[in-house]
This record gives sequence, structure tokens and C-alpha cells, in this order.
Amino acid sequence: MSEPETKEKTQPESADPKATPAAETEVSETQTLIEVKDDFGFSYGTTQVLFDLNLRIPNRKVTALIGPSGCGKSTLLRCFNRMNDLIDGISHTGDITIGGQSIFDPALEIISLRKKVGMVFQKYNPFPKTIYENVVFSLRVSGRNNKALLDETVERSLRRSALWDEVKDRLHESALGLSGGQMQRLCIARAIANEPEVILMDEPCSALDPIATGKIEELIDELKTDYTIVIVTHNMQQATRVSDRTAFFYLGKLIEYGETTKLFTNPQEKRTEDYVSGRFG
Amino acid sequence: MKLEDLKQRPVGEPMVWLTAMGLALGTVMVVYLLWVIFVNGITVFWPKPVYQLELDANSTHRVSAETNVFAGAITMDREITGADDGKREYQFFVGNKDIYGFMYKFVPQADLVESDRTKLTQPKDIMVAERLEYGNAIFYPVSMQLGTNEVLRAETPGFTSKLYALVEECNERRAKYTALEKKDIGRINHAIRKIDIQIKALTANKTTKEVQADAALTAQIDAKEKEKEKWNAEYEILAKQAEEMREAQEKDSLTYRLVTGEEKTLPIGDFVHIYQPNQFGFGDKVGFFVSHFWGFLSENPREANMEGGIFPAIFGTFVMTVLMSIAVMPFGVLAAIYLREYAKDGLFVRGVRIAVNNLAGVPSIVFGAFGVGFFIYIAGGTIDRLFFPDYVASKVPYFGTGGILWASLTLALMTVPVVVVSTEEALAAVPRAVREGALACGASKWQTIQRVVLPASAPGLLTGLILAMARGAGEVAPLMLVGVVKLAPELPIDSVAPFIHLDYKFMHLGFHIYDVGFQSPDSEAAKPMVFATTFLLILLVVVMNLAAIIIRNHLKKKYSTSAF
Repeated sequence: MSEPETKEKTQPESADPKATPAAETEVSETQTLIEVKDDFGFSYGTTQVLFDLNLRIPNRKVTALIGPSGCGKSTLLRCFNRMNDLIDGISHTGDITIGGQSIFDPALEIISLRKKVGMVFQKYNPFPKTIYENVVFSLRVSGRNNKALLDETVERSLRRSALWDEVKDRLHESALGLSGGQMQRLCIARAIANEPEVILMDEPCSALDPIATGKIEELIDELKTDYTIVIVTHNMQQATRVSDRTAFFYLGKLIEYGETTKLFTNPQEKRTEDYVSGRFG
Repeated sequence: MKLEDLKQRPVGEPMVWLTAMGLALGTVMVVYLLWVIFVNGITVFWPKPVYQLELDANSTHRVSAETNVFAGAITMDREITGADDGKREYQFFVGNKDIYGFMYKFVPQADLVESDRTKLTQPKDIMVAERLEYGNAIFYPVSMQLGTNEVLRAETPGFTSKLYALVEECNERRAKYTALEKKDIGRINHAIRKIDIQIKALTANKTTKEVQADAALTAQIDAKEKEKEKWNAEYEILAKQAEEMREAQEKDSLTYRLVTGEEKTLPIGDFVHIYQPNQFGFGDKVGFFVSHFWGFLSENPREANMEGGIFPAIFGTFVMTVLMSIAVMPFGVLAAIYLREYAKDGLFVRGVRIAVNNLAGVPSIVFGAFGVGFFIYIAGGTIDRLFFPDYVASKVPYFGTGGILWASLTLALMTVPVVVVSTEEALAAVPRAVREGALACGASKWQTIQRVVLPASAPGLLTGLILAMARGAGEVAPLMLVGVVKLAPELPIDSVAPFIHLDYKFMHLGFHIYDVGFQSPDSEAAKPMVFATTFLLILLVVVMNLAAIIIRNHLKKKYSTSAF
């Protein structure tokens, strides 16, 4: 469907700020790990990119954030570990809590937040170090250099990320010699080495071929028994395959949020339906 | 579209040619430069045949007033300047400066007697000798005086080999006494100098009467004097040994006759090397070349730098460049890290960046002047005042004068912009994704820089170092102000404690070129030295850069990445 038509549809509604999370099937307080509340908003300088968000992300589930490019889903994801702090001139309204604690609390060390909230990026980004050193990086920076602990962490993390069998004989070779899919799994291993509660994934498969993507998706499925995963994806099939709940964003607003099956089969909002059925975006 | 249109040349094709021309021109110039230096520098060591020639009776180009005959090696063969009829002239190396007063002589081809114009004669027996003084001699041997009474005529069989053996023996003995004088006596001199300064410091600002009146002070001085006596006694022993060896050098002597008829007798110890170039086969020539080239690399200069080797200059340049690198790298890298990673981009940072870039364009002599003013007078003077009061009291500067440390720091300051700029570029080239990855793992900003960004940009840092070394090693002007000297046989690193002498003045290849080429009275004699030294300077810079490039490639391989 053509662009102007969608714009026509969305424009009048976005003028009404209180019309947002209409279709939220409730996540109870006890299930919630991450809560975005108090009409959370976020701006880069004078440009506001997130508006009036309220949503609860459940513990040990996979939550997918979908929406067209520029809808703010990556920005929200990067709010969870305050990765946006690297940018000058950001500001926010409202609050985000993880396990009941505000992540914007001035007393909170940003470093300890990031230890609790790991992140996997769109483009695999192993460090120019050995496989071993990549995995134990987060331990090393927090000053844990005990050899036995490091060895144990490497094996556990790599097994967990289904990479152990492929790399166990070359742990001390450069990580940059791995294939793309292996590198991305190494990045996952790196993220879980620290035993975080949450793993944020920002389009983790967009640079990978279908086979590597399949492996990562399998892995996500296994990881959710221990970790809360928030994944941003452009791939609707991927969202249906891996996630328990899905949030649909459009122009910085949460349009619809609910169980994945429900959202895809029976969307409550017209825009959600258009998007998931591929009519725009 | 008609097919005709397709035949048209693409727009801008001539620009390809233009750019290619630019590169070609640059390459040709660089290759030609290196070729000229290489050929001129390397042929210095290749033995040339010596000719014996006769001039026309009325020639005005006689080498000796007495006779028309002379001998020499051809060093240049060129058309006479201004002559349009193709007349040529030769430049001959005639040597024997002690007798002729010059070493080179231009002779027009037309001045040679008829037979010599077409075929130059090479007498087999003619000898060339390198001497400790007055450069080379070209002669026929007459006789050797062995000891006080034995005389060996040149016609005697075995004369030449006996002569060579004696020269060799003298060379060995010379090496021995030079080592003795330099190492052992050097150490003693060092110690004595120190005591002298202490004594001077004790008596500074006091009249003799005051000193005599102060009993404690006199006792102190006496103790020092005693210590000095002990060293002096040791010195006497060694000096005597050296003196004996020097005397032995004079024991035998060689009498020779020049082609022009003059005779001269010199002790064998005055010869460094005697050879008969006209008897050389190809193998001999190669051997001669190798031994002379090695001698040039490894020996100290003689005769006001005009003869001998340039080892102190090579070593000085090397040490200075290394010290400079050690100083400039941390300094420049830290500055660049702050500028790129921490400083908030604003008017101030932009100003600093412009200033740093402009610093690269400041004439180097300005840095030299700054080095004198800041490093030597202020920094060196303060160090002397704080840590070497004895030296200050006796009015002998220790660090408060030019030396290799200040020279290195001056050059480090000069090359800081190079390092800062290339480091900044290298840091900027590290992808954001990698930084974010590290931050997301809970690393602080500094940890990210230290553990991820710096290793990833290491090859870029080394590029900066390579550029800095290339610039620093070739710089001369500022060094003349901050510690380079014409002759400094004492090396900045040696076997006398504390082994590394940062206060020493030093020799430098670049300055050596200037000194030999433009400060020596005999410019013809200097020319080969200048080319050979230039060649070595380029070689040294290339070798040091190659070492850095090899390290960089190694790092690149280590950190090379298909991911970014």
C-alpha cells in the first residue's frame, strides 16, 4: 500500500497522546521484570523519539519489539542499559525500573546496570582479542582474574551459546577468524558470561545468513529459561518464532502490546494489522 | 541511443592521465634521488685503478713542479665547462696531500702526452696507502727499516707480504691501545673528573685563605685528593702500557717514493691499510669493498671527520631516534586520547586541534631555540640545581647544557603533532560497535579505551611513530642548538656506569653531512664522504621504519578484522 495513505491514517491518531497501549493483555506485577512507566518519553536534543510509553516486560520470557525503521524500538532497547548515555543532549521523562529499581536513579552505577543487563548488537562486534579473552572480558573489567573462575566461565558461556564444540580447540586464537554466525554467538556468550538478568538483542540476526539465524533463534529459545530477553527485530517471522510477547511501535509510540500469537493473528489495531500483514513498513 | 554516442570517451578520462602523471613524476624523482645517492655513496668503497701518466711539456696542470709525470685514480671524467668542442677533462685523485698540498687535480685530456690520451697505463707495483694523517698516499715502495739496523729493499722477494703483515700487526696493536685508552682510561678520567668537580664545589666562593683556615674543609679536600691520587696511580700504569704500545708502532718504518720523485719515510704504525689496486682481481675488489664499507660503518672518524668511519654518528642518530620515540609516543598518544575520547567538542578543542596541526608546520629551528631556552636552561638548569649542586658550584653544567636527552626531547616535541594526528585518526577508525560492545559488558570508558580501542588502533599508532621517526631522524637544524657536536667519540651508551649517558653530547648523521660537506676545507675530498654518509642516513631511516612497519603488520594481522 502506498505511503500517503498510511500517513493519513496515523496522523490524526497520533495527535491524541492518551490513545496508546490499548491492547495490553496484562502482565501481572509479580511476573514483571522491566517496567516502563509514568508515560516514559525520550528525546535526542529537541527531537522527541519516544512518547508516553507504559509497558511491563515479563521475567524469563522473550519480548519482541517490532515496528518500522525509526519507530524508536532500538532507542527504547538502548534505554534499558542506558547505552544512549553515550550521546550528547539526551533527556527523558517518566521512569524505567528493572526488578523494581529505577535505572535512572543517580545512585545507581551505570556499570553495575550494564552487568545486569547484557546486550547483543546488530552487527557482531567481537573485540580484537582471542576467543577466550572475548568471553571473559566482562569479568576482567570488573577485576575478577581468577584463572579457575575464568576457565569455568568460558566453558559455561560457550556451551550455553552452543559454540563450545566449535571453538574449544582454538580458544586462544583470534575471535576475528570466526564466521559471522559464530561471532554473533560469541557475542552472546560474552553477554551471558556476566550472568545478567536481561539480555537485550538489537536485530541480532540481520547480518547473518538463514542457517546462522536459525541457530541463534534456537539459542534464544534455550536462553529464556534463565534470562529475560528483549529482542528488536525487523523480521516478523522471527518475532513469531522466538517471542512470547510482542510490542508494536510506530512513530515513537507503543501501538499494541500483547502475546505474540494474539498480536499476529488477531491484532486489535488497524496499524498493527497493516504492519504485520506487510502492508507498510 | 545511436551507436556513435557509445563511442564517446567517458567524461573525465584525461584526469586519469593527469593523476597518473603526478604519481609518475613523484616516483621518478624519488627513484632518481635514491639512485644518485646510492651510486655515489656506494662507489666510494669500490677500489679504483691507479694510472701513471705524463703531461705535455708545456702543460700548466703539473702536479709537481719538478716533473710532468704523475699518478692518480680517475674520480671524474667530464666535458670541460663552456667548451663546445667536446674537449674532456679528468679529475684525478693524486693523494699525498702532505707533499702536494692537494688531493685532487683536474687535468684536461688534451694536456696528456699523445700515448696516454688513448691508453692509460696502470703500473702493477704502485701502492695506495691509507694513513692516519693526510689521507691516502700513492707511491712505489723503496725499503723498510726493521728495528734500528735491518733494511729490507723493495726488490727483495717477500717484501710486500712482510709489509702487509707489519701493517696488520700495527692495526691490531692500535685497536688494543685505543680500547685501553677509551674503556679503562676513560673510566678513570670519568672518576677523576667527578672528584675534581667535588673539590671545586667544596672550595667554590671561598678564597684560599678561608679554605686553609677551615680545618674540616681541608680534611675533606685532602681525602678527595687522596682518592684522586689512587685513581691517578692506576692511570699511570695504564697510560704507560698505552705509551709502550704507541712506541712500538714507531719501531719499523717504510720509505717510499712518489711517482713525482719525492721520497718519504713513515713509521708503519702510521699506515692503516696498504694495497696494490692494479693487481686486484674481481674477488679482491669485492673483499676490499666489503672491508671498507664495514670499516666505514664501524670505525671512529679520523682527521676532522674526513677519513675513517662514522660509527659514532650512526649510533648517535639511532639512540637519539629511539629516545625520541620513547618520549613522543606516550605523550602524543595520551594527548590524542584525551582530545578524541574525552574532550567535549567545542571551540576550545577545535582551537587545540588547529594549534597542534599548525605545530607541525613550525620551522624546526624554532623548536631548537625552544629546546635551548626551555629544556637546557630551565629544565636542565633546575635539575642541576636540585640534584647536582656540586656541578653548579663548580660552574660545570651537567644537564644544563646540550645533550642527547634534550635533543631527543626537542625532536619529540617537534614530532608530537604527527603522532597526535595519526593517533586521533586511528582512534576514530575504531568502530563504534566495538566500543559499545565493551561498554555493554560493563567496562568503564577508560577500560574500553585501554582494553579494546587502543589495541585495535595499535597499527595506526605505529604509523604515527613511523612518520615521527622519519621526520625526527632526518632533522638537523634544531639539533645543532641542543647537543649535536662535530666530534664525540664517547658514545651515549657505553660500559662506564651508569651506562646510559643522557647528558652526553653526540654525533648525528645529518649534522655529519653538513659538517663534512660544508665545513671542511677540502670540498672535493668531502664529496665521497657526504654521499656515503647520506646513503647511510637514508639506510638507517629505512631500517628503523622497516622495523616499525614489520611490527605494524604483525599487529594488523593480529587485530585484522573482516567484521568491520
